[in-house]
Amino acid sequence: MSGAIGEPNALAMLFFFVFIAASLGITWFAARRTKTTEDFYAAGRSVTAVQNGLALAGDYMSAASFLGIAGLVALSGFDGLIYSIGFLVGWPVVLCLIAEPLRNLGRYTFADVVAFRLQQRPVRVASAFGGLAVIAFYLIAQMVGAGNLIRLLFGLSYEMAVIIVGAVMLAYVLFGGMLATTWVQIVKAVLLMSGAALLALMVLAQYAFNPLALFADAAATFGPSVLAPGRLVSDPIDAISLGIALMFGTAGLPHILMRFYTVPDARTARVSVAYATAAIGLFYLFTFILGFGAMVIVGQDAIRAIDAGGNMAAPLLAEAVGGQAFLGFIAAVAFATILAVVAGLTLAGAAALSHDIWVSVVRRGHADGGEQLLVARGATILLAIVSILLGIAFKGQNVAYMVGLAFAIAASANFPALLLSMFWKPFTTRGAVASIVVGTASALLLIYFSPTIQVDLLKHTSALVPLRNPGIISIPLSFVVGIVVSLAMPEAEAAAKFAATERQLHLGEEA
Amino acid sequence: MSSPSSSNHAALETLAAARWRIGLGLTAAMTAIYVVFILLIAYGKGFLGRLLAPGLSIGIALGVLVILAAWALILVYVRWANDHYDREVAVIRGGRR
Repeated sequence: MSGAIGEPNALAMLFFFVFIAASLGITWFAARRTKTTEDFYAAGRSVTAVQNGLALAGDYMSAASFLGIAGLVALSGFDGLIYSIGFLVGWPVVLCLIAEPLRNLGRYTFADVVAFRLQQRPVRVASAFGGLAVIAFYLIAQMVGAGNLIRLLFGLSYEMAVIIVGAVMLAYVLFGGMLATTWVQIVKAVLLMSGAALLALMVLAQYAFNPLALFADAAATFGPSVLAPGRLVSDPIDAISLGIALMFGTAGLPHILMRFYTVPDARTARVSVAYATAAIGLFYLFTFILGFGAMVIVGQDAIRAIDAGGNMAAPLLAEAVGGQAFLGFIAAVAFATILAVVAGLTLAGAAALSHDIWVSVVRRGHADGGEQLLVARGATILLAIVSILLGIAFKGQNVAYMVGLAFAIAASANFPALLLSMFWKPFTTRGAVASIVVGTASALLLIYFSPTIQVDLLKHTSALVPLRNPGIISIPLSFVVGIVVSLAMPEAEAAAKFAATERQLHLGEEA
Repeated sequence: MSSPSSSNHAALETLAAARWRIGLGLTAAMTAIYVVFILLIAYGKGFLGRLLAPGLSIGIALGVLVILAAWALILVYVRWANDHYDREVAVIRGGRR
């Protein structure tokens, strides 16, 4: 097969510039409506349930989902589907435990909730630290992914691609704030869903619209083992560790949590999760078709020849079934996907830096609206520069591994403190800080001493920690530390405020 | 704002406990389903590889079922909250005014 991947593709460029122009138009429109901090961080709390559902899906479905999972399925069959499923099962947790209380208790960041009845400054510093750690690793993954993809899809240099993503994203967030970011997510989610659906339909058209015929063809060509679990999950404890990190990490991702502040009330937050899960689940079902479709129609050797990790499986499939034009469209969708996720992450990071650190800690809550907006925009510029530098510095890192790291820290650092602060009366300031610090540190240390770093990267013969994913140790550890420290050093004031917290958690702000 | 009456406070406590029970119960259900799926992948490779129909292994069928289960759990919670929880919240708010 003669692929056009890696050559500058005029149609891909055209689709891409149309997307950039449309999204900058949205930004221009949003900028005129972004005047207060409420507008900048929370889109004036005017987003509807369907809109927020799509925007959550847009924030969550990164290029790793689209290209990475399709590639994994194409190269290893059933094993790739384990990721599809793991990324979805966190959403019931977000809905049942986090979304509505978060909307009722906070204003802009998840630290608002953790600090609600605790001492503001230590909790804000710790939460911002945990949140920024997650954002940093997630950003690195997206930027590195962007650089590689765009180099492969458009033939641009890696550094150039990273700079373009950083600059366009900066324009969205800086001028359009949360309103522009939300609409970019919505457009991206619709493009990604329709692109994946169209691609799946074109594949299924060759099999009389029967997915089982496609799977059977895959089994006939590459052996029945492609429909069965293979080598990916060899150690069950490690697999469960990854699984719970994915499950509870979703409920600790700052850019996902921040979206719940953009809706008017808790009910809208709740319903938006249902829409988001419907969209994300449907998308992951498409990845079954895309993965096996690429395996059969493109062929495993052709996919590996372009990129050993399989990341180009979906674009190659698009070219095989729809020609140059469809390849261009899918390539532009992949680029848009990364841009949108990076914008969401940057906004969440800017909120942590300006709202939590500058306004609440440095200025002790005494900063007027103009100053808050100025600091938020300054933080946005800073984060854009940092993300470009990180993207260039971490060139060549494994993207899936960085995303795994971000989820592990989110599940270990943010999720336990968030849950305990809302539902466990004896929780204290010291307990919260200890839980966040121990959660972050243990996740980072366990990863550093894991076989992934020690054996794969540093080429040592053995690793101190047998686990590749720290979740099964670091998540319970963070809970235990938070509980033990709180019980050992009770805080009367925090316990006294629990009744008021519970009222607002259920009844909302006006209670 | 008047101070909440004791019956009002009791109603809120009951509602909070109910929400916590349902939220935790559904989370536990999702965790259990997913962990069983992972354990089957680790220990039941042969079982999951068995074909129910040409092209349809038990593993793929169960994988789709896990996604459907996540949808079902979300539907259960949203229906409970839209019908029961929101009504109780309105009653507690109204009772206080």
